[in-house]
Amino acid sequence: MTATATPIVQLRGIDKSFGPVQVLHDVSFDIRPGEVTALVGDNGAGKSTLVKCIGGIHPIDGGAYLFEDEQVHVHSPRDAAALGVEIVYQDLALCDNLDIVQNMFLGREKRRGLVLDDATMEEMAAKTLDGLSVRTVTSIRQQVASLSGGQRQTVAIAKAVLWNSKVVILDEPTAALGVAQTAQVLELVRRLADNGIAVVLISHNMNDVFAVSDRIAALYLGRMAAQVKASDVTYSQVVELITSGRSGDLGLATANGVTL
Amino acid sequence: MTADLAPGKSERPNGPRRPRKNATHSSTSLRSIARAYVGRVRGGELGALPAVLGLIVLCAFFSVLRPVFLSDLNFANLLTQGAGSIAIAMGLVFVLLLGEIDLSAGYASGVCAAVLAILLTDHGWPWYGAVGAAILTGTVIGLLLGGLVAKVGIPSFVVTLAAFLGFQGIVLMLLKEGTNISIQDDTILAVANNNLSPALGWVLLALSVAGYAAIQLRRNRNRARRGLTTAPPALLAIRIGSLAVLGAAAVQVLNQERSRNIIVDSLKGVPIVVPVIVVLLVVSTFVLQRTSFGLHFYAVGGNAEAARRAGINVAGIRIAAFVICSSLAAVGGIIAASRGNSVDPNTGGSNVLLLAVGAAVIGGTSLFGGRGRAVDAVLGGMVVAVIQNGMGLMGYSSGVKYAVTGSVLLVAAGVDALSRRRSALR
Ligand SMILES: Nc1ncnc2c1ncn2[C@@H]1O[C@H](COP(=O)(O)OP(=O)(O)OP(=O)(O)O)[C@@H](O)[C@H]1O
Ligand SMILES: [Mg+2]
Repeated sequence: MTATATPIVQLRGIDKSFGPVQVLHDVSFDIRPGEVTALVGDNGAGKSTLVKCIGGIHPIDGGAYLFEDEQVHVHSPRDAAALGVEIVYQDLALCDNLDIVQNMFLGREKRRGLVLDDATMEEMAAKTLDGLSVRTVTSIRQQVASLSGGQRQTVAIAKAVLWNSKVVILDEPTAALGVAQTAQVLELVRRLADNGIAVVLISHNMNDVFAVSDRIAALYLGRMAAQVKASDVTYSQVVELITSGRSGDLGLATANGVTL
Repeated sequence: MTADLAPGKSERPNGPRRPRKNATHSSTSLRSIARAYVGRVRGGELGALPAVLGLIVLCAFFSVLRPVFLSDLNFANLLTQGAGSIAIAMGLVFVLLLGEIDLSAGYASGVCAAVLAILLTDHGWPWYGAVGAAILTGTVIGLLLGGLVAKVGIPSFVVTLAAFLGFQGIVLMLLKEGTNISIQDDTILAVANNNLSPALGWVLLALSVAGYAAIQLRRNRNRARRGLTTAPPALLAIRIGSLAVLGAAAVQVLNQERSRNIIVDSLKGVPIVVPVIVVLLVVSTFVLQRTSFGLHFYAVGGNAEAARRAGINVAGIRIAAFVICSSLAAVGGIIAASRGNSVDPNTGGSNVLLLAVGAAVIGGTSLFGGRGRAVDAVLGGMVVAVIQNGMGLMGYSSGVKYAVTGSVLLVAAGVDALSRRRSALR
């Protein structure tokens, strides 16, 4: 899109094993501010695992995690949040019995002394939703149980950007949504990037990927097959990268994972 | 706020599409609030409605069949009868909010009452020392139960069922195989047996109403200043007015002379347990509704995994719930000891737990977790007390009373389950 920004997150040579099973092999991955980076790959390729390593849920076994050009050690979701990295998980993790504001601030409530500062939280939540041009919820004091799938997704995303996050990672945000709601969420994803946030979008849907992303990173069996500009590749090239790890001169050269 | 985020979609073709940010500090209209309430009730969120309706129907029913039900004396009796289980029920609300259960709360109150009686009567402790020790006993019991549930991972049903039996045994041991210990301390006896002076009753009521009004008005003014939605003045007037009117009616009735023989002794004023329960209610409500600690009970009860990912200490909240529950059970035990003038192996036993769980559930607290308020314990506790009291006046045996109360609990739990299904279907 714009002139290439320097990456805010750089992963270099990440290895990750669960017991005897190595899930990530020597993965390098860049996330740039103001861009949507699509992370694609077949089921079990390691997308969620990679994202959880970034979010501090899984410790990495080897490799370097650079944030704004400095090596960081992220051991917990709190560490990631402190850097400004927020993840929207596929199951969303919202509390149905709480309202939108309470969900957005859960675990990080604003207080005045002992007492919850509802007024400030309402203002901040409204401003965030406004900033995302969300006008589909009637009241931010509505229980989350009464929201549609797309609205819930929106709340989860708003929760992630509320904290002036620099990096927002969305794990299959549109998987359970209908056509209209998918379009809404994708529009939201695009707007996040346009506001300067570094966005990672995991998706199995090539239409969605090409609709919003600036770059595409393809994982194949735990190896990074290629990270390319979306405008430089075709639909079928990406599908090839996903299914066989290579496409023409793109992708993994050999089975041992050395990229060209 | 509502207006800010109103949809600019087809259903409002002429509506403003841009957010009218802070342009209208609309106070939501009374009509729309009423409509939202009806919508919530239809959607299965019944809240306090069943308890309030039940209370009205039951009171009407008993006062027609037994006019003495409405007497000043009986009204005071109702309050002191209900107080003990209301305190226990209020503690249970915290545990039920997490979707857990504490079957041992009744006997925990018995253990704490026994500790109180032994320290007061056998060891001559001052009342405050004994009360402190009794409540501390409750706290330790809660730590133990909560630790077994949250840290070891035993289901609360099993932990507290075991404790139910265990505490029954401990009460027997403490009371040397069933002797009863009478209580002579005037302060403790006063809690459930004495009354405030009529003047003090009025003063406390005036302070409560003024305090409530001040909080409501300040909150509303604060929100208006920041351009947030406010409650309409009419709603505030209704809330504050009904508290004042109902409170005044209750104080007026309780201040009547209700002694059968005034020469022997005079009996009038608000029973001391009433302000005790009011303080518990205000503190619990404050904690649950106004602090993040309280909010986390709802979060853990609603979605424990989401709470964990949000950085909430889920195990800590679980333990806290049991600690609060057992500590409030201790207060219930103290009230029971005062009312009975003694502690025996049945204190906190028989139907005490059933009545307390019934009170919370009838009041609107869900057995599935995530929904409930401290005031539920009071409303439900009054329903239970009215049933017990009214049926007693009608001359039914304990057997019938138990059976009816059990059925009412089942009905309340059924309403809870059905309303949950209803909101899941939406
Ligand atoms: N906690 C874990 N313990 C052991 N193995 C795991 C764990 N998490 C993931 N794996 C394994 O790691 C591999 C990659 O899983 P991951 O969830 O990252 O895939 P994915 O690319 O997100 O797939 P999908 O598109 O299906 O979500 C899988 O083989 C999976 O079985
Ligand atoms: Mg996945």
